[in-house]
Amino acid sequence: MNPKYEVLAIGGSAGSLSMLLTLLPHLVPTLNIALVVVLHRKDSEDNTLVDVLRHRTMFAVKEAEDKETIETNTIYVAPTDYHLLVEKDHSFSLDNSEKVNYSRPSIDVTFESLADVYGPTVVGLLLSGANADGVDGLKAIKKAGGGIVVQDPAASVVPYMPQQALNALPADMLLHEHSLERFIQYLADKSQ
Amino acid sequence: MTADLQLTDEQIETILEDMVEVHGYDFTHYSRASLKRRIIRLVSLDKFLSFAEFRFKVRQDPSYLNRFVEQVTVNVTEMFRDETFYRTLREDVLPVLATWPLIRIWHAGCSTGEEVYSMAILLQEANLLHKSLLYATDINPAVLEQVRSGVFPLHQMKQYSDNYIRSGGRKDFSMYYTAQYDAAKFDERLGKRIILATHNLVSDRSFNEFQLILCRNVMIYFDKELQDRALKLFDDSLEALGFLALGSKETLKFSTVTGNYRQIENKEKIWRKIK
Repeated sequence: MNPKYEVLAIGGSAGSLSMLLTLLPHLVPTLNIALVVVLHRKDSEDNTLVDVLRHRTMFAVKEAEDKETIETNTIYVAPTDYHLLVEKDHSFSLDNSEKVNYSRPSIDVTFESLADVYGPTVVGLLLSGANADGVDGLKAIKKAGGGIVVQDPAASVVPYMPQQALNALPADMLLHEHSLERFIQYLADKSQ
Repeated sequence: MTADLQLTDEQIETILEDMVEVHGYDFTHYSRASLKRRIIRLVSLDKFLSFAEFRFKVRQDPSYLNRFVEQVTVNVTEMFRDETFYRTLREDVLPVLATWPLIRIWHAGCSTGEEVYSMAILLQEANLLHKSLLYATDINPAVLEQVRSGVFPLHQMKQYSDNYIRSGGRKDFSMYYTAQYDAAKFDERLGKRIILATHNLVSDRSFNEFQLILCRNVMIYFDKELQDRALKLFDDSLEALGFLALGSKETLKFSTVTGNYRQIENKEKIWRKIK
């Protein structure tokens, strides 16, 4: 039997928020999963995002803090202007080193770190966006045996990022508004 | 970024042990996730083909030590980064420091010195620079040379000028430097009150008493134990009623010295020593 998914890692850039907001109400505590969300955005939108997400979910929503331990049924948002990494003891580390793919936080950095720590128990979801951040991260998750889901480029506001991912590796499934139930089932199959 | 050569966790530990044993640099209490990423990045940048080759270089080539320290530690910094932080220094902290006859400030982990020069500008504008000493220390001797030069990339000046204005600066920022090709050379009067020294927060002790210690975005790279040790070192180095300033995602809250401090009212990451 495959090990259950412990973490759903979500990366997105331009145009990704609407899909995220559509997805969140479908996530139920019985999935027993933690979410780590890395969205490219302006510094000034830091607290706004946590507030926006909070109204759409039964999960607790908070900005990920340095040295905080990851818990299930919680959505952790990467703060702006820091990379978010994960330690072997499942606690977060913040890092303000150079931008990666012109981005800080970088989706690649978080996905690669999660792959290193969680291996086959992490699933990466890459949403709409205008650059290629996240593609190497998905590759690392794939290599570690984790799950790969990509927003359907045809259903993305900005298809470039999910298309780059699909050019680089196969996805377990494509996500769009009409496949949300199937996505939850996909998570549940491995989460029970 | 995917490096060609991946290192295992055991190989990372081996390199860290070599650094202690051969060179006396102890990174074993640094947060592993970031450190591992930096080491793999270095291996990729310098195109090592095997772990054995990398390890040989680290152990045997003394000139590679500086390169290792420089690349593994993070040296990303800005002038007047976090506008509300600098506004608070300007409006709430400096007026208190002004009451001391001599102001001693320690920038611990100063990197290339952008924050030290930002502070020198604040002090200059408060007419306090002449009675201030700014101690700027870092583990990495190469960055201290850059602080000494007072030269920063010219292309950053637009951003720094915006930061300066947003943090409450009222002057024309360009009066503080002269442009030379692609470099901005800062006014020597600002650099005159800066004292540079290498200092390792892991192994070195307190070396003076200060009224303000700034250590921003340094302790996020430490594990909890080393964070606490560094905070004790700062506590030992801070005068009563002095100030300790940390990075925007760092806190005193969980440390053993927290009872000696009160965070300033507007919740910026500045604490006052009350005991």
